[in-house]
Amino acid sequence: MMARRALQLVFTGALLSSFGAVPVCAQAPATSIDAPTPASNWPEPVKDNPILNYVTFDQLEGRTNAPNSSFKWDGQGWIGTDLNKLWIKSEGIVTNGISSDGDHEILYDRPIPHMRYFDWQAGVRLDLDSGPTRAWAALGVQGLAPYFFNFAPTFYVRDGGRVAGRIEGSYDLYLTQRLILQPQVELNFYSQSDPGRGIGSGFSDLDGGVRLGYQFSRKFAPYIGYTYTGAFGQTATFSRQAGQPTSATRLAFGVWVWH
Amino acid sequence: MTTPERDHSLTLTRRRFVQGVAAVGIAAVVEGKFNEADAEVIDHSPSVLTGNHFDLTIEPHHANFTGRRAKAIKINGSLPGPTLKWREGETVTVAVTNHLPVMTSIHWHGVRVPAAMDGVPGLSFAGIAPGQRFVYRIPVVQNGTYWYHSHSGSQEQIGLIGALVIEPRDKDPISYDRDYAVLLSDWTDTSPETIYSNLKKQSDYYNFHKRTAGTFVDDVKSKGLRSTVRDRLMWGRMDMNPTDIADVTSATYIYLMNGNPPGANWTALFNPGERVRLRFINGSSMTIFDVRIPGLPMTVAQADGNCIQPVTVDEFRIGVAETYDVIVQPHPETAYTIFAQPQSRRRYARGTLAPRMGMMAEIPAMDPYPLRTMADMGMAGMAHMKGMKMNGMPSDEMPGMQGMRMDGMSEASMPAMKTMDMSGMEDGDTSAMSHTHMDKHTGALNESAGMTPFPQPGPRMTRLIPPPSQMMSRPSQTLEGEVPLHIGPEVVGVAMQTPPQLHDAGDGLNGNGRRVLTYANLRALYRGVDGRPPTREIILHLTGNMERFIWGFDGRKLSQAEPIHLKLGERVRFVLINDTMMEHPIHLHGLWSELENANDEFSPYKHTLIVKPAERLSYLVSADTPGRWAFHCHLQYHMEAGMFRTVVVS
Repeated sequence: MMARRALQLVFTGALLSSFGAVPVCAQAPATSIDAPTPASNWPEPVKDNPILNYVTFDQLEGRTNAPNSSFKWDGQGWIGTDLNKLWIKSEGIVTNGISSDGDHEILYDRPIPHMRYFDWQAGVRLDLDSGPTRAWAALGVQGLAPYFFNFAPTFYVRDGGRVAGRIEGSYDLYLTQRLILQPQVELNFYSQSDPGRGIGSGFSDLDGGVRLGYQFSRKFAPYIGYTYTGAFGQTATFSRQAGQPTSATRLAFGVWVWH
Repeated sequence: MTTPERDHSLTLTRRRFVQGVAAVGIAAVVEGKFNEADAEVIDHSPSVLTGNHFDLTIEPHHANFTGRRAKAIKINGSLPGPTLKWREGETVTVAVTNHLPVMTSIHWHGVRVPAAMDGVPGLSFAGIAPGQRFVYRIPVVQNGTYWYHSHSGSQEQIGLIGALVIEPRDKDPISYDRDYAVLLSDWTDTSPETIYSNLKKQSDYYNFHKRTAGTFVDDVKSKGLRSTVRDRLMWGRMDMNPTDIADVTSATYIYLMNGNPPGANWTALFNPGERVRLRFINGSSMTIFDVRIPGLPMTVAQADGNCIQPVTVDEFRIGVAETYDVIVQPHPETAYTIFAQPQSRRRYARGTLAPRMGMMAEIPAMDPYPLRTMADMGMAGMAHMKGMKMNGMPSDEMPGMQGMRMDGMSEASMPAMKTMDMSGMEDGDTSAMSHTHMDKHTGALNESAGMTPFPQPGPRMTRLIPPPSQMMSRPSQTLEGEVPLHIGPEVVGVAMQTPPQLHDAGDGLNGNGRRVLTYANLRALYRGVDGRPPTREIILHLTGNMERFIWGFDGRKLSQAEPIHLKLGERVRFVLINDTMMEHPIHLHGLWSELENANDEFSPYKHTLIVKPAERLSYLVSADTPGRWAFHCHLQYHMEAGMFRTVVVS
């Protein structure tokens, strides 16, 4: 104990002599003998929770086969911090001035603990295009599954107990450091049919494709692709009744961009 | 205004780089002028300022290292800033004027200063506002090679760095005829904000060494289909990539030596027969370098400003913010390439050591791109791979390190006991705590210069030895870290096997046929001054989520964590466990970090320590200076992403 006290004395003496010379400071912050006390106007040493924003398009492309051509987009973006994000998704296709498959979502996004690379998302989905408008509540997950698969299943509910589901998946196969082959698929499911939007119950439609892109930079990669869209079951029946083909394959020319 | 004059016809003088400091106590500010000796180095090198008062002006500027003008910061018109020469025992003042439109600061890396002089906005002071002037007043109580840099935002990345050389008060134990500071840095035309944002959105943005269909075919050819597929699946299951060597790479960086790109060929001249001291400083933001001088063995004499028992090597790895001083004895008529390749290879920093200007040596080929192994993932025993790590690591290599094990309570005190006994015998004075080096040396220090209770070890310092009775009554206690490991989205995983790796040179250096420095080679020249055993351990996991680019300690970012509290005068053991697959150069401000590498009382004093992937490493700290000190990973963007803690000593 004695020794301990002696040591303290020694420290104190040294510290006093050491800090007797009060720092010269033009701004004169409050400095005590021991150590400066942080003032309210001091910044954080690092800003480790910045608000960032992000916009990306997985599809921004023209699709064509001989009879008709269309413009398709599928993009998403967010604004927020590491753990709290406002997430926006938008996709749709425009053919001869008529838009369809318009799907726009506003979601709150948060990482799932213990699920390294997955977030949960909750919010609303609006079907907004040339057809009748629908509003859904949305709940889903999105992230990077093992083996580098991008995977995003989402459930939707709207009035009358109607339920819908969507699964999106893709994989980036690096042929070289910049040449990327990306298979991609989107599957939709509805619990009840919605003739107004030409949707039947069950598995309704599939949108898939394979795209080959070259990353001139990480943020800019033009691609060519081969896409397939198909309607199934009652949805296919609705399509036939409307004089539309139930499936189509098209060439796609587009660009992957993000900011 | 501070561009040095180029004079290729200049004949060498015997004047040392250092000589100007001889006039002790004279405020000889050589701002904007050049030491004659400095002209020996081909231009662009920072000027050298000596004396005990300095004026530094920080200004926005442009730099053109790549053929394009990019935003930069210069100090007194120079990038990097001027090399400052201080002298131990003096009190220096540095007046820093901020002409930037934003806040700035200067931190004296590795220098033991009063907390208010440490230059960390938010901890030491508010920062230096635009148009303001701040005067640092620093009693210089140590010597060696250090550096200074901004601690505001990412200003280091765009040029706010400089070398700092402190001349010893006593005769330098390292004998040399000529010395040069060799400040390595990384440069990009992309703004730091954009780099950070890119990493947050795509963490492998700068990795152009990914596994591709092409590398799959190559691997099948060399390793066979089965093992290639198994290997791919093993890494794929974790969504990880063995080519994840550095977050920011040569894809955007070029590398500078004293501010010179490789093409400018910074040249250091020597006279025949001279011993040349090269003071290597890694002033990069994100780049760990592997340094060598082909054909010329280097004798490492100092690490992080502290003398070590000289060890001769062909190559050393220098982490961000570390310094190594080497002595070389070049052949009188030969030119040598000073070659610093980043971990991510492809590009390099380079200079020349030559007897005459214009001479040049061959630039060596780059080493292969390093690969991570399962051992880096903390899965050494689980993977059926012969990793580089495993080959170079006999299980009995580090008997002294047993003391770090959490479960080894009784063992933990053993190394310390041994230290005590030995020093006790040699010193013969274990009677009272008051008989410290401080009492003995008060007279030797300049009164106004101030002191730290546990100064840098040196020829005149003796070791503080507690009486044996105290030793016995207060055995080492092993305490858990203050903050339990928090598993959340901030953490991808915890390494299961974290063996000590002090004998391992690091990924990409093993088996290259050269003698490569390891941390096990660092044995202090002088006995450590604090012989007390640690009274507790602070165990910290280095954690991260690479994909989300979140980094921290114990799963928490700075903004989510409480400070680490140390009692003034306390001696503690820091145990760092790296759960990530990247190296992290960890820097503790204000206090020395005494690496426990089985050298007991000759443990090297460091300020920055690389912790390798899945490594467990420990060091002792004497909390002798009160203050709020920064403790962080010195990879710029890891620090900004949260790998930072405040250590409060009070």
